[in-house]
Amino acid sequence: MAITKHRRAAELAKQVFDYAPAPESIDHVKIEPRYNLFIGGKWVTAHSKKRFATINPATEERLSEVVEADEVDVDRAVRAADRAFDSWSRLAPARRARYLFRISRILQERARELAVVETMDGGKPIKESRDVDIPLAAAHFFYYAGWADKLEWAFPNRKPRPLGVAGQVIPWNFPLLMLAWKIAPALAAGNTVVLKPAETTPLSAMLFADICQQAELPPGVVNIVTGAGKTGSLVVQHPGVKKVAFTGSTEVGKLIQRSLAGTGKRLTLELGGKAANIVFEDAPLDAAIEGIVNGIYFNQGHVCCAGSRLLVQESIAEPLLEKLKLRLGTLRLGDPLDKNTDIGAINSKAQLDKITGMVESGVEEGAELFQPECRLPERGFWFPPTLFTNVSQSYRIAREEIFGPVLSVLTFRTPAEAVEKANNTPYGLSAGVWTDKGSRILWMAERMRAGVVWANTFNRFDPTSPFGGYKESGFGREGGLHGLLPYVELN
Amino acid sequence: MRGVRSVDQVGAEERAASLAKRSIKKSSKLWALDLAIRCMDLTTLEGNDTPGKVAALCAKGIRPKPGDATIPSVAAICVYPARVADARAHLGTSGVRIASVATAFPSGQSFLSIKVSETLEAVEAGADEIDMVIDRAAFLSGDYQTVFDEIVAVKEACGDAHLKVILETGELGTYDSVRRASILAMAAGADFIKTSTGKIQPAATLPVSLVMMEAIRDFVRETGRPVGFKPAGGIRTSKQAIAYLVLLYETLGPDWMTPERFRLGASTLLNDVLMQIEKERTGAYQSGDYFTVD
Amino acid sequence: MDVRKTYKLFVGGEFVRSESGRAYRVDGAVNVPRGSRKDLRDAIKAARGAFPGWAGRTAMNRGQILYRAAEMLDGRRSQFVEVLGGGRAAAREVEQAVDTFVWYAGWTDKLAQVTGNTNPVAGPYFNFTIPEPTGVVGIVSPAESPLAGLVRRVAPALCGGNTVVVLAPEAAPLPALTLAEVLATSDFPAGVINVIAGYHRELLSWLGAHMDVNAVDVCGCTAEEIAAVEKAAAENVKRVIKAPAGEMSPQLIASFMEMKTVWHPIGV
Repeated sequence: MAITKHRRAAELAKQVFDYAPAPESIDHVKIEPRYNLFIGGKWVTAHSKKRFATINPATEERLSEVVEADEVDVDRAVRAADRAFDSWSRLAPARRARYLFRISRILQERARELAVVETMDGGKPIKESRDVDIPLAAAHFFYYAGWADKLEWAFPNRKPRPLGVAGQVIPWNFPLLMLAWKIAPALAAGNTVVLKPAETTPLSAMLFADICQQAELPPGVVNIVTGAGKTGSLVVQHPGVKKVAFTGSTEVGKLIQRSLAGTGKRLTLELGGKAANIVFEDAPLDAAIEGIVNGIYFNQGHVCCAGSRLLVQESIAEPLLEKLKLRLGTLRLGDPLDKNTDIGAINSKAQLDKITGMVESGVEEGAELFQPECRLPERGFWFPPTLFTNVSQSYRIAREEIFGPVLSVLTFRTPAEAVEKANNTPYGLSAGVWTDKGSRILWMAERMRAGVVWANTFNRFDPTSPFGGYKESGFGREGGLHGLLPYVELN
Repeated sequence: MRGVRSVDQVGAEERAASLAKRSIKKSSKLWALDLAIRCMDLTTLEGNDTPGKVAALCAKGIRPKPGDATIPSVAAICVYPARVADARAHLGTSGVRIASVATAFPSGQSFLSIKVSETLEAVEAGADEIDMVIDRAAFLSGDYQTVFDEIVAVKEACGDAHLKVILETGELGTYDSVRRASILAMAAGADFIKTSTGKIQPAATLPVSLVMMEAIRDFVRETGRPVGFKPAGGIRTSKQAIAYLVLLYETLGPDWMTPERFRLGASTLLNDVLMQIEKERTGAYQSGDYFTVD
Repeated sequence: MDVRKTYKLFVGGEFVRSESGRAYRVDGAVNVPRGSRKDLRDAIKAARGAFPGWAGRTAMNRGQILYRAAEMLDGRRSQFVEVLGGGRAAAREVEQAVDTFVWYAGWTDKLAQVTGNTNPVAGPYFNFTIPEPTGVVGIVSPAESPLAGLVRRVAPALCGGNTVVVLAPEAAPLPALTLAEVLATSDFPAGVINVIAGYHRELLSWLGAHMDVNAVDVCGCTAEEIAAVEKAAAENVKRVIKAPAGEMSPQLIASFMEMKTVWHPIGV
């Protein structure tokens, strides 16, 4: 009697309590039906007649339309940046700082509007764009604003000088944040920029252009040209561009590096990864679970530094996996604008197809698939959080970047074996280490061939903390003092 | 005991904070507020509690909002042992239970014989539940055996009454110790583990509660025996109460969303919950003037 | 007909009269509280109480608050130009003061990168050095450039996480007391910065000898006064900061800081 009463109570709890919709309001946000190019401080009609739509990947609704900039457009943008460079680079550093501080403060003032647009355009949960993307973007500008008038302290005994026009191409996974990582240090050092946002997520960049106008940034200091791969290539190749910064796939990164050979242009690349998240038997387990979940399901796994390989010490593999599978069952997948959503939409149909293909390969090669029960909405692009056990180092799902919510689990017996397996990849962006023992954290950190090592945490970013990869994950660092280096010439 | 796994402070606090951001609206909110009342241990633990005060509290606990039969009764009234008989006289057949603190509450600084006989007399006077405190002096000096033995002895003295074991987390210093004390209490037979006496700061917090719930989860997995959870002290607003319910739901699951496995130790919370329910129903923010103090 | 301002001390986030009830005349026209040793004592107590919270804030948060001080000061330009006596020099001084707040706001989250480091010791140990705030800092404010000169000392002291007690210049206390209005509206927690006015001869020895003050910046002291403070400071080994008046550098911030070095073995 008591048992059935209890069962009924639990069932009722699940039905009724299972969180009513809590949608973030969008009525204070204005997205224009179409955008032009932002060149020389103004919205200008493009030379190119080609346009393309940008949609909300959660609903497949059309949000707006942007230009596919052509050679003439890119040339106009670079010339505008070049003209502005003369005065911008000679402006008193304290004045440059003040513009950047203004931008940072406006990003804070318009934070909610930006978060909503970012979520609608890219598909990530509102709680992420609201609590991570936008605050970090504002913080990034605040940090680099403070460097603009202190460059003589950044590099002892050197006189840093700006390079000229920087051509910057950014990805769709953290649109505004990647924009901040590129533009803030470039401007602080005295450069001007031409930036191309990703084709599926141009809208927050369009709002940023509006913010530049609101801050009364001198015209031409920031120029934004929309487009796809071809436009990005035009920006990168333009002879007026002195410095190229690219964040995206390793494949495209290599193409860029090859194409810039012999041109004398400065280059930084931030590419893909296949990070190992290593859990030792003495790790605080519930904390490690959160770290694993955050590592691969944050932003639907669309993260270059995602902890996509879980390396768990064999002695605790079973209890850890049991907890992990239960935890996956509590992840809430759905409307990205709902404040309670943990897992949002996949950014595009193309990406969804890629993920599906990789997961199929995992099954084919013999790995064991686990997915919690998950109701996928009718429209939009969705993929449930996925876990593969019984994975070998040789499987595609253990070697290739999936860029989706798919975790591959492997085991190890000793720390040395963990190091070997973790480093056994052409990538080297990040690594995670979970252990209660301080000296082991430092020992592992020393041995990881990765640009960022997270100990007992994961996916932590800060404008003061340099970020970038080893090996085929790219070169150059963004954030911190080291993030200034790519944008100056040291005399 | 020293082999109990450690707890990461930053991780626990971040997880608790992120769960506190859940937005509980409309039907979920009303159901949660209703559950909060049904799980409340309406409490008065003051030196100046009189039979009259207890009688008024019992009336409030049985019918929190006069004239509104849709508002349920609370789970229990929580009082000092000397006031159990008064509560018994006024609760009748209402179904509201009597919880009595015992074992030299709140400090626990007395002799085992006294603690056991206090428990026996409280149960004799009509207590359905006993909220005991652990011996922090023993715990913090590493004498876990004494802590364990005391709980076993008090559990035995309870007879059919349920035993809640108060860890007094605000005195334990680290989340590691909270986890250790939780496991210890459950191993010794606790039916519920409870955060605090409410007499010192900090009392219940979300991270401490998360750590205790995770300990319960691990204990249930090991032994199959379910144990209840009660946060107490400092929970004054509906928003806080709902945050605890979210924590519970996402850590221990729907099976724990019932007064048999969850209680809220509170006093001023009740009226805030009533005001929130009224606000959800009418759409207007409320005033304390319209809700009885007891 | 003006509603004239009553100038008050700024202690623990509140504007108060001197507990002594006394005042002194400035510019022949304005009454200024004649702060007593008890006012000074209370200010130091407030600063000590506020220290853990302020030191515990993130660097970025402190930077945002210092930037807010710049915002608030900028908004009161004309008020300060008037307090400083009007004219181009006064306007320049206000601009400098705003610039100084902005400059130091941008140092909070870079100080550790420029003055701290990791040290490659000869052994399997991870070793790092980080700057930490020293605690309660007393600042004897200079009489020349009474606004910009003060901000040039207050901002670096606050930047690193210290809490401050300012002794306004005896002959020209109004800019400092007015600056308190800016600081009171800049989101500084109560007690982080306190401003006392009064006679040096009544207050300086108490400041120099106070056992709960960690450092004193003697910018506004005469050579004789400095010698006296240094002597008294020896009682609790106070740091005495004697940087040049126009100094603006991370090293100045560091002079208000302690350097902590930590070792940990690297091993599996």
